[in-house]
Amino acid sequence: MQQIIYFFQKFKYFLFFLFLECIALTLTFNNLNFHKSKFVNSANSVTGIFYSTLSNSMEYLSLKSKNQSLQEENTQLKNDLEKNKLFFSTDISVIDTVKYHQKYTYTEAKIINNNYSKPHNFLTINRGLNEGIIKEMGVINRRGIIGITENVSNNYTRVQSILNKNSNINARLKGNTAYFGTLKWNSIDYNTVQLHDIPRQAPLKIGDTIETGGKSTIFPEGIPIGTVSKINKRNTANSKINVTLFNDMSNLENVYVVKNLHKQEIQLLENNSNE
Amino acid sequence: MNKSLHLSLFFLFLLGLQVLILNNINFLGYINPFLYIAFIFLYPLKENKFPLLFFSFMLGISIDFFSDSGGIHAFSTLFIAYTRLFFVKIYFRKIPSDYPFFKLNSESIGKVFNFVVTLTVIHHLIYFSFASFSFQNISIVLLNTLYSSIFTLILFFLGTSIFKKNK
Repeated sequence: MQQIIYFFQKFKYFLFFLFLECIALTLTFNNLNFHKSKFVNSANSVTGIFYSTLSNSMEYLSLKSKNQSLQEENTQLKNDLEKNKLFFSTDISVIDTVKYHQKYTYTEAKIINNNYSKPHNFLTINRGLNEGIIKEMGVINRRGIIGITENVSNNYTRVQSILNKNSNINARLKGNTAYFGTLKWNSIDYNTVQLHDIPRQAPLKIGDTIETGGKSTIFPEGIPIGTVSKINKRNTANSKINVTLFNDMSNLENVYVVKNLHKQEIQLLENNSNE
Repeated sequence: MNKSLHLSLFFLFLLGLQVLILNNINFLGYINPFLYIAFIFLYPLKENKFPLLFFSFMLGISIDFFSDSGGIHAFSTLFIAYTRLFFVKIYFRKIPSDYPFFKLNSESIGKVFNFVVTLTVIHHLIYFSFASFSFQNISIVLLNTLYSSIFTLILFFLGTSIFKKNK
């Protein structure tokens, strides 16, 4: 017994050091895991309030460019609406609940903290459980996709950026041949992501557009991502394609969170068939 | 009392500086200094190591909360806090009875430089290897360590020289 006490006396600093290091390591490993990161994240109330105050005070500096961007988006939406007007006006004048197939709703949000220089990047947005945001919803803006919601607190949400080594997003080639692959990031350049597992026979050219494939319940179909910037000449089965993003990930402000109204139904169906 | 108040203000100052300014510098796209480890260099030497270990862990974990990095900052900061005394013994040849009179400012610049550089490089190396978390990008880890260390060291020596002249 005395030996044990003596041991603790002698190594008390080292044991305390080891104890704290173990806590830090546990937090690190949990943070790398998409489903386990609960404790240390910037979506809690203290850091959330801190970052939102900061972002509120910085907001005025970019009003001009933000207005410009919103106006561009409005123009685009107006044009889209004009294209569909004929369709709306001739057949369906009354919205029939049976024919009314709304699949997605969008919630606007503002990014209050943005990382893009690390291998595992996260964003914080100022919407949370109170606005109906839950785990695994897509986050997009006018130019393309941004990430997937991860940790949700009452007023804030942490978003796993597409610039994260753990991020896997279904993407496809835009056009009439919809070959699809998985979008990942190799943590080198924040303007470039990699498209994996695209079939060998896919007719790829530099400059082709890549968009979301709609094979998952997170992102709607056809959201733009980027353009093909480099194709591996030796077109092997596990070839990677570099995709330059439309978004400038270092300069983001207003985003939309996508809620899939059919998500529960789809997941229920998929889980049943697995059993 | 006065001394502990001074230290806690220094703690908050470094935390705010790191989170508000230094984390957003992104020089050349990805280089950020980690000046908050100056807390460990300047914390007074004591026989009792518990306060330093505890405070460095708290400083690291607070920065982790703000920068969404799990426990990486806490891990690397704690590591240099623990090994600090070892390097003090090597570079400055101090024995425990010298600790109350030890001041980093009054030591010769060459020794201080060695001491600070060693701890900074160890901290940054641990931080970037955990942040990348794979063996694929070792060259990137080493380059990041080099650039960030240089940045941190420049800021640290500039800062200490400014505050020295004021006194």
